[in-house]
Amino acid sequence: MSLLETHGLTKRFGGLVANQAIDFRLEKGELVGLIGPNGAGKTTFFNCITGFYRPDEGRVFFRGRDVTGWSPERICRAGIARTFQVVKTFRDMTVLENVMVGAFLRHPRPAAARAHAEAVLETTGLTHLADVQAGGLPIAYRKRLELARALATEPEVLFLDEAMAGLNPGEIQEAVAMVRRLWEQGLTIVLVEHVMEVVMPLAQRVVVLDYGQVIADDTPERVAKDPRVIEAYLGERFAREAREG
Amino acid sequence: MQSVSRQGQEPRSGPWWTRRWVQWGGGILLLIFLLLFPYLFPRPFLRRMAILVLLWSLLGLAWNIIGGYGGQVSLGHAVFFGLGAYTSSILLERWQVSPWLGMLAGAAVAAIAALLIGWPTFRLQGHYFAIATIAAGEIFAILFRNWEWAGGAVGIYLPLIRGDQLVNFQFHETKVPYYYIVLVMALLAVAVTYALERSRAGYYLRALRADQDAARSLGVPITRYKLIAMVISAVLTAIGGTFYAQFVLYISPNTVFALMLSVQMCLVAVLGGLGTIAGPIIGAMVLIPMAEYTRVFLGGRGGGLHLVVYGLLIVIISVFQPAGLVGLLRRRTRPTPPPAMPTPAEEGIA
Amino acid sequence: MDLTILAQTVASGLLIGLVFSLLAVGLTLIFGVMDIVNFAHGEFLMLAMYVTYWLWVLWGMDPLFSLPISALVMFILGALTYLLVIRYVLDAPMLAQIFSTFGLMIFLRFLAQVLWTEDYRRIRGSLLEGRIEIAGVFLGRPEVAAALGGIITTAILYWFLKGTRLGWALEATAEDRTVAALMGINTEWMFTLAWGIGSACAGIAGTLLATFYPIFPEAGAVFVLVTYVAVALGGFGNITGAFVGGILIGLLQVVGGFLWEPRFKDVLVYGVYLLVVLVRPQGLLGRR
Repeated sequence: MSLLETHGLTKRFGGLVANQAIDFRLEKGELVGLIGPNGAGKTTFFNCITGFYRPDEGRVFFRGRDVTGWSPERICRAGIARTFQVVKTFRDMTVLENVMVGAFLRHPRPAAARAHAEAVLETTGLTHLADVQAGGLPIAYRKRLELARALATEPEVLFLDEAMAGLNPGEIQEAVAMVRRLWEQGLTIVLVEHVMEVVMPLAQRVVVLDYGQVIADDTPERVAKDPRVIEAYLGERFAREAREG
Repeated sequence: MQSVSRQGQEPRSGPWWTRRWVQWGGGILLLIFLLLFPYLFPRPFLRRMAILVLLWSLLGLAWNIIGGYGGQVSLGHAVFFGLGAYTSSILLERWQVSPWLGMLAGAAVAAIAALLIGWPTFRLQGHYFAIATIAAGEIFAILFRNWEWAGGAVGIYLPLIRGDQLVNFQFHETKVPYYYIVLVMALLAVAVTYALERSRAGYYLRALRADQDAARSLGVPITRYKLIAMVISAVLTAIGGTFYAQFVLYISPNTVFALMLSVQMCLVAVLGGLGTIAGPIIGAMVLIPMAEYTRVFLGGRGGGLHLVVYGLLIVIISVFQPAGLVGLLRRRTRPTPPPAMPTPAEEGIA
Repeated sequence: MDLTILAQTVASGLLIGLVFSLLAVGLTLIFGVMDIVNFAHGEFLMLAMYVTYWLWVLWGMDPLFSLPISALVMFILGALTYLLVIRYVLDAPMLAQIFSTFGLMIFLRFLAQVLWTEDYRRIRGSLLEGRIEIAGVFLGRPEVAAALGGIITTAILYWFLKGTRLGWALEATAEDRTVAALMGINTEWMFTLAWGIGSACAGIAGTLLATFYPIFPEAGAVFVLVTYVAVALGGFGNITGAFVGGILIGLLQVVGGFLWEPRFKDVLVYGVYLLVVLVRPQGLLGRR
């Protein structure tokens, strides 16, 4: 059995089917890109796996255990951490305190949590901002802080929801380098991105969602040439151009 | 990104009042002052005022644990105060149980009530939670008003015990023992808050106050920690309730289960500054003398003119200093974050 | 059980419920537009009762005719509340908002007590006095008038919000104030208008209540606590929800008081509310 599997995962909102019978596998040590046009159901899929939504049908298995319908906090304890598309930093806590909240999961004693959080700040290059209040950080730092906070829970799998959105090209490069480094250290990573160009050079395998369904699951090279994928993205581009005139 | 690193902040370079030795020194001086207060200012009016300030510091600190640190705005805390007051008073009146034991029993009853109220209402957020706690508070007020066995709307006159001994928790010759008792209680609340602030629970509460989803994603069982905070808060509030009953020697649903009481607990904490130890104490030190003096100067003519002024002052404070009095200091003590860089999209695309 | 008594009970619950509805609609309108609960809403109601009372005592003006006057007075008071107080706490923390209106509540309640004492006052001999009988059920004419007033005012308000340009602008502001401002809507004026209209609802309710309910400084407190429950029950900011919530509260009070004990009627109201939000945290008609 793979590290993480979903079988026929389905989520509906009223009449809208956001995720339709998604079968997904994730092996230990993989770096998978999950892409798709806006509204393809990527974040819904994330929320179903990480416990924020309860899927209507289908099951989620993590390390062979059925974790369907577990609460987010229990999922996190089991070893799946995530970040959010719209950053959710604890604004009136300092950077160090933000990361300590994550570190407390495996280190209940404050001194141990602090030590662990400081180590995580070191690896994510945030040490110099440790005592700065998080609310005032620029977006690139808040995204990085969210990543650091998730890392502090010592997860086995890390789900990054649009970790690069809103960053400038230089910042994207740094973020890409950091993701690659974490992966090389043995972390299993799923990267949700709207922008294909970010994922392609980084991921080993790319899964494409469109209208809540998996339309491709292959290497980046082959996915990029897949006519259905091109159509999905082109359709979106045409739609956007038509909308913007 | 490198551009920011040179602006890295040296954390301990705040103004003088943020230095640790200044804070500790100030705290010790304040403690000595508080210990000597009854002898420095022997006037009964001031002594009574000091007792009220300490009682309200205790209540504000208690409220602050769930409302300030946990961010759950409860407007029903009078329930815990009332249960503390009623439990010890009934035990004393009916079965001559020592108020000290009654205080422990009241704290236990309040803790159970905290779980019963918190369990359904902690799924609610913002105004829904506030209104739900008002509803819970009103249910208790109505029930006690109509519970004849517990004195009904008239309430309970506590039996007087002469002799002024500590075990009796009643003092008629001088009010000084009350002062020291409530001082110890307030210090207990400070100690509890201090410990909480540094514990995992303290971090978790501040995290869930800022963002519940983010907290959950980091493995924080939010309902459990809200309940823990609510129980601690309720226990401290109930202790205050027992003290009040023993100090005033008369309780009634309209005095100990009043919505105004809940609101004032919250107000003391908000006025001083939420989520800080000093906040509720400063709030009580400002609000209670303000209320007492306006009562003395304006209340004599009857009709509640002092409350007109009190209401107006609350409006003025919330308009001009919404962050509380501690906010005045803090604005300058927290290190300022690096200036925002120009980014294409501030919050990412939702 | 006698059917007539049951009908009588349900009818009077419905009538008082419609007054709660009017109060709740005013409250929820303000909330919907700017996410602020007006804790002084009950005091506006109380002041409107006094306005009606003094117009009656001093100039012999019947409550039926002083209705527009007290609505106008409360409109102005509400608008002033926004312009002098609320405007400054729009972006403040929720607690600062709560306390700004809470302070106003204390201020107005005790101002009334200082000016007019705690005595109960009543309006006797107005045009509305008397009872009417429908199929063996006796109803007080003032209560019926109040209920009708509640329905008519809510209907007019509903038409205003859905059918006029101004109402549409108000709804747009409620939906998203930034977007509304971008579309050229003067949101400042919309907020003032919302406070004016919301408070005028309390004004109308106050005048209608004054014909059959004693007038005293704490009269507002009696009604407003359950009105908050009505608003929350219907879903904050939801006009239809508030209307339904008000009627439900009225029915619960009277039917509960009838089947159980009148003094416990509000326990039932609060209890049912807690049960409802246990199942639907966003209220009956509220959106997530």
